[in-house]
Amino acid sequence: MKFKVNNEEVFASTGGRPFDKNKPLIIFIHGSGLTHMCWVLQTRYFAFHGYSVLALDLPGHGLSEGKSLTSIEDMADWINDVIDAVGFHQASLVGHSQGCLVAVECASRYPNKIKTLSLMGGAGAIPMNPELLALAENSDPKAVDLMMDFAHGPSGHFGGHPVPGLYHLNTGSMLVQSKEIKDTLGVDFRACQNYTNGFEAAKKLDLPTLSILADKDRMCRLKDGKKLADHINGSEVHVIKNCGHMMLLEEADQTLAILKKFILEKYPII
Amino acid sequence: MDPKTYKFDTLSLHAGYQPDKNAGSRQVPIYQTTSYLFDDVDHAAALFNLERGGHIYSRISNPTVGVLEERVAALEGGTAAIATSSGMAAIFLAIMTLCESGDHIVASSQVYGGTANLLRLTLPKFGINTTFVKPRDTQGFQKAIQKNTKCIFGELLGNPGNELMNMPEVADIAHNAGIPLMIDSTYQTPYLCKPFDFGADIVVHSLTKWMAGHGSSMAGIIVEGGKFNWMQNDKFPSLTKEYEGYHGLSFAEEFGPVAFTMKARAEGMRDFGPCLSPQNAWNVMQGIETLSVRMEKHCANAEKMVEYLLAHESVAWVSHPSAPDHPDYELAKKILPKGKGSMIAFGIKGGKEAGTAFINNVKLASHLANVGDTRTLVIHPASATHSQMDEATLKFAGLSQDMIRLSVGIEDIEDIKNDFEDGFRAAKKPKLVANK
Repeated sequence: MKFKVNNEEVFASTGGRPFDKNKPLIIFIHGSGLTHMCWVLQTRYFAFHGYSVLALDLPGHGLSEGKSLTSIEDMADWINDVIDAVGFHQASLVGHSQGCLVAVECASRYPNKIKTLSLMGGAGAIPMNPELLALAENSDPKAVDLMMDFAHGPSGHFGGHPVPGLYHLNTGSMLVQSKEIKDTLGVDFRACQNYTNGFEAAKKLDLPTLSILADKDRMCRLKDGKKLADHINGSEVHVIKNCGHMMLLEEADQTLAILKKFILEKYPII
Repeated sequence: MDPKTYKFDTLSLHAGYQPDKNAGSRQVPIYQTTSYLFDDVDHAAALFNLERGGHIYSRISNPTVGVLEERVAALEGGTAAIATSSGMAAIFLAIMTLCESGDHIVASSQVYGGTANLLRLTLPKFGINTTFVKPRDTQGFQKAIQKNTKCIFGELLGNPGNELMNMPEVADIAHNAGIPLMIDSTYQTPYLCKPFDFGADIVVHSLTKWMAGHGSSMAGIIVEGGKFNWMQNDKFPSLTKEYEGYHGLSFAEEFGPVAFTMKARAEGMRDFGPCLSPQNAWNVMQGIETLSVRMEKHCANAEKMVEYLLAHESVAWVSHPSAPDHPDYELAKKILPKGKGSMIAFGIKGGKEAGTAFINNVKLASHLANVGDTRTLVIHPASATHSQMDEATLKFAGLSQDMIRLSVGIEDIEDIKNDFEDGFRAAKKPKLVANK
């Protein structure tokens, strides 16, 4: 669905069901350069099972208008604006990669609004490889190729997509290249590089938190994900084996099963 | 710093499959089953609602066929693929996924006879009409586009005349009109050309030919490039608007770079059912494992046959893009740098009668209605693959009565030449041997 946030049109997938203000809201926040489409194997389940879902395209990404936001802090404030714009007072956040930085920062800034956090492939900081950052800021397609290489584990590289006929690497590559690389991936990578408040924000959190990590993650390594979880009081941690950074697609069923259990228990439909 | 993603030859062997998830079976298992157990009612509902991936019924998808689909998508550089029972099924499914009744297609006039008949005679029954344009008439494609045109379709190298479409320029014409370019790349395989690199948006194959390569199994496939923006205009409402068949789903919004494939499967496989058998999918994959090795030999033999035919006193003309006098020689060097394919068209002196005698007297080359076998194949198109066309249509499609279509195999080149000598000898005295 499309709606306005700060006078700019925003697109969010509602998971294939009409958006309903009477159902609890779950917001999905994508990673660097990506779009709402990376969440399709999680969002549709919740939309068909009693939740209102918004898988957002961040400003300037996917089908959303405007320019990309340049800092994680601005993205966190923007998520709060989204919640207001759709007329809700609270939401559960699910983030992937950069989306985890945004979700943690948002929850630390707006503790009364955010009810649970689910972090996939997250870390307290995501410093960028300087060469990769430069390639992305220069719109070099090699940045996307490198990102796809680093972001995928065995399932991505060999194949075996949960949806028959889809090929991980090329699908991910086309998602990133749907917009000018420097305007999305380049801006996002720079925002990750500049963000230093992750662990401080994490220490402030006092809400049910889930971390889903992968042992073959080369973008946000397992030990970095565990370090973030260690800074969050009572964080629940699950590690998916033989999987890379894109666990939400590479091991979509396992990811969904863990997420379902957590959300149904900690953020139930009343 | 360079990405360490797998290269073409590795993908030919491995893409789409992980042994450790399949009982350690090194070879891809053949899932000879119609249907798949649901864990519970919730799982069943999730699969039907496209909430999660998986298999329901082998008309829609099958794990063995799925490996083939991923493998070809990987080799073509596409986002997704959907395999079908034949190449013609792939073309029909692709067109029916794009078009509604009242729509229009612009197509190259030089296409396989079955495709020509589908476009010319069968699709009008569904309210879909086609304007044909000669493949070298690049501006003709532009002129033929109407308000209701939904795609440009062509074979990169036309069957059987070997005229080369200027794919990059035709792609620009299509994109300026807000429509996709669909290329039948059967003759090239992704080893010789990846049409997505030259602007194509949808690629179809008859996998029956060089991809499978051994003349054993029928199969087709549609591959999606993932770049085309279906939401840029209102030409494709069944992809962009709410689809009643899946609770108001918009394929383009929900699935973006794989929207076309998702619709082709969810609607086309469900409603038309042109599914590929798992056994045939497995057979095709055996061929793909050696694709690059075979294509190198096919192309090398083809170039030697071109030299041989050009120098032969019984040959009136030869059409193959490796020949320096071929009108598309320079363009072919750009689009087909690794080889120009193994299809040769040539005219035999003495016309139809000599051609008949030639075909009836070669022994190693097989006379049959196929191309892309490991074995050398010959046919006289005007009396076989394109026989449903009248004289004017034949001419427009670039065919002549003296034309012989040759699909060069990977036998020893001297044996092929010796066989042709027998054919040419017989062709010089056609009245005596034509009906032998």
